[in-house]
Amino acid sequence: MTVRAGRDGGAGGDGGAGPDAGLDARLAVDRGAFRLDAGLRARPGEVVAVLGPNGSGKSTALRALAGLESLSAGRIVLDGCDITVVPAERRPVGMVFQDYLLFGHLSALDNVAFGPRCAGAKRAEARAQAAELLERMGLAEHASARPRALSGGQAQRVALARALAVRPRLLLLDEPLAALDVHARASVRSELRRRLAELDCATVLVTHDPLDAMVLADRITVLESGRVVQEGPPGEVAQHPRTGYVARLVGLNLYRGTARGARVAVGGAAQAEVFVSEQCAGEVFVAFPPRAVALYRERPDGTPRNLWRLRIDGVERFGDQVRVHLDGHFPLLADITPEALADMRLSGGMRVWAAVKATEVRCYPA
Amino acid sequence: MARVSPPSEPAAGRLRVRAGRSPWPLLVPALAGLAFLVLPFAGLLARAPWSTLGTRLLMPEVRGALWLSLTTATAATGVAVLLGVPLAWLLARTEFPGRRLVRALVTVPLVIPPVVGGVALLLALGRRGLVGRYLDAWFGLTLPFTPAAVVIAQVFVAMPFLVISVEGALRGADRRYEEAAATLGASRAVVFRRVTLPMVGPGVVAGAVLAWARALGEFGATITFAGNFPGRTQTMPLAVYLAMQQSPESAIVLSLVLLAVSLVILVALRDRWVGAL
Amino acid sequence: MGEGRSVGRTRRAAAGAAAGLLLAAAACAPVEEGAAGTDPARRALTVFAAASLTGTFEELGGRFEERHPGTRVRFNFAGSSQLADHIAAGAPADVFASADTRTMDRVEDEGGTAGDAVVFVRNTLRIAVPADNPAGIDSLADLADPGVKVALCAEEVPCGAAAARALEAAGVEVTPVSRERDVKAALTKTELGEVDAALVYRTDIRASGEVAGIAFPEAEQAANDYPIAVLKGADRPGLAREWVAFVRSEDGDEVFDGAGFTTV
Repeated sequence: MTVRAGRDGGAGGDGGAGPDAGLDARLAVDRGAFRLDAGLRARPGEVVAVLGPNGSGKSTALRALAGLESLSAGRIVLDGCDITVVPAERRPVGMVFQDYLLFGHLSALDNVAFGPRCAGAKRAEARAQAAELLERMGLAEHASARPRALSGGQAQRVALARALAVRPRLLLLDEPLAALDVHARASVRSELRRRLAELDCATVLVTHDPLDAMVLADRITVLESGRVVQEGPPGEVAQHPRTGYVARLVGLNLYRGTARGARVAVGGAAQAEVFVSEQCAGEVFVAFPPRAVALYRERPDGTPRNLWRLRIDGVERFGDQVRVHLDGHFPLLADITPEALADMRLSGGMRVWAAVKATEVRCYPA
Repeated sequence: MARVSPPSEPAAGRLRVRAGRSPWPLLVPALAGLAFLVLPFAGLLARAPWSTLGTRLLMPEVRGALWLSLTTATAATGVAVLLGVPLAWLLARTEFPGRRLVRALVTVPLVIPPVVGGVALLLALGRRGLVGRYLDAWFGLTLPFTPAAVVIAQVFVAMPFLVISVEGALRGADRRYEEAAATLGASRAVVFRRVTLPMVGPGVVAGAVLAWARALGEFGATITFAGNFPGRTQTMPLAVYLAMQQSPESAIVLSLVLLAVSLVILVALRDRWVGAL
Repeated sequence: MGEGRSVGRTRRAAAGAAAGLLLAAAACAPVEEGAAGTDPARRALTVFAAASLTGTFEELGGRFEERHPGTRVRFNFAGSSQLADHIAAGAPADVFASADTRTMDRVEDEGGTAGDAVVFVRNTLRIAVPADNPAGIDSLADLADPGVKVALCAEEVPCGAAAARALEAAGVEVTPVSRERDVKAALTKTELGEVDAALVYRTDIRASGEVAGIAFPEAEQAANDYPIAVLKGADRPGLAREWVAFVRSEDGDEVFDGAGFTTV
């Protein structure tokens, strides 16, 4: 295995700055009815999150990168080397699994020393490396602990140390926070972010949680049904979702339509219109957050430019707000306060007026 | 995850939740089953000639047979582990044409009467057997009537227990740990040795204990393939059988010796290995 | 409904098992001969006999049934010693034929027999060698050669005791490679060529056909006597006595001679 210097190990790594540096992959995996066909890139030091619903193929993509799954077509290039057919044990790739998969019969230290041992290091040497990594992870006092004695957050750090001990040029993380309970998740998430930011290898993580993707990644690739549907920095993806899935994830009402001046025709046959404050043209997306929607039982006096009569489909608790699901010409989410809900005595099936200021609506090319 | 701290010492006893009563539809057949297994031993104990026990135990034939039994059963277990674990791996982890047939063949020694197994071993490895004739002609090696033959007969009947036990453990083991090891740079051999084997350790130990017990009690294949000669191929079960021809009391003493020794060893093993896992 | 049926079946099975136990118990108890005689199905004679008598007794059983219409002779062939154990444990049998007097003495001592046992045939030892006689054996003394592989019966079983007497009479000391559990096992090892020679009965060589037999003079001193006796627990003592007489008749002599026994 090509040895890549660690964070503080000196030389910035071979090929670290070259034009070919990092990951450049096109992954095609055929499995009966399901087909994954996705391009993935990650520069050294960059964290790319693959975000997608269950069954979107994101785990398959990660396994293919690790060499645990064969490609039907495509190729994987890492730092200029084609590793498409290199077996998993010879790829310069480290992986953190969803439930960590720490070896239960080994101590935390020996789990981390496992990789260096396989690479041919002497026992003492491997252990010294492992001890140093654990120290850096703040786990020095847990070195002799068995995995089952560790908390979720500690186990995750051991798993990360174990993956980093092979000095990978590509680090893979499969749902790194999914195995944690809600309370631990927030603190582990911010800590993981700090550690990932320190690394100079390319990192790909898969998750179905938009918050994880937003916090941890420099760039997000959205995967749906085996295809990449959107790609970009977290802010860009959050602001300008391009599919209903992403929009729901980031909590936006999203419509696609045809713009003429400040009007966008959406909603297919119903021919509803959305007014926007800026000029745009052609095929566009329009998006606005649910909290920008106001609801009225009677037609409001002032005339907001966007006013639709819709039917209440359902009501659910959402944080300290209430999220109202509406339908009619098109589906719409509205967040209102519980007090407003009580005042208006809203209930399912009722028809109400929904208003949105044009200045709250963003419009961007499709 | 959240770990629960143990309750403080004095409260532990008083606060312990009392276990619910065992349901009788389980308890009654369970006790009946236990009684069924233990009753025959009670019969042996009742008939045992306690007054002459000491002198009978000191007979050199008894010690010779016991020593031979323990050493051959242990050697047979070792051979069964060396050959059986890889065989179990082959059955559990690889795909090849005829795998179902191979698995069925592995269980054949469980099904056929051991005496038939002994004859089969003679026909294969005997002086004029399929393979044995060449062992004799080329190496001057004849297996029947040697302690090695005792071990071979025991391996033949005992190895299926080990293979089945280990194969089950392998199938039950989470293969993703092996994948994790692969991403850490472990070759297939290293994965097997450092990850798979420790994971299926309890299965291997359980299988080895079963195989050892089966080898220790082996009679039919042994007497047929290895013959019966005191100090050389006469194991305890053979000694018991022949003693039975003349004096049932001697047979009972020998049986009790075998029983006591194997119980001591199995209980000790359980505390040392099975209990620890 | 399905459950009800399965419960019913279980009950029937249990009842069947219980009935079986009762029958077994009844079979152990002595029954008046007249009462049993009225039921043709019960006119059965149970004979426990040494395994070496299998062929001859089955032949004689057929002839006996012809002479006694409505009678069935049922056999239980096994090692003499095992049969003695079963008789002591209360197995239902009318007649016992042993391959040696020692075993019969044991049954008599335990009070299992009705009347004295009588010897009806004698079996003598032969040296059995594979058909091609690879070791070139032609006398008992040849068996002492350290290069010759010999199987003897274990001394605990009748053929082993007989072999020990013969070897002692000849003054020959033999170290066998194996002391076999019964004469058939010794014979099988010879048939397969695993041993160069074994001491077995003349009848076994006659029945095998695959081994050659070599006679030796000391065999006479080590002949095995086969005693037969009516048992105390006999269900049908009359019929049992008739069977013993039939075995010792001319019919018996003819069958035993043909099998290689010496009649007495």
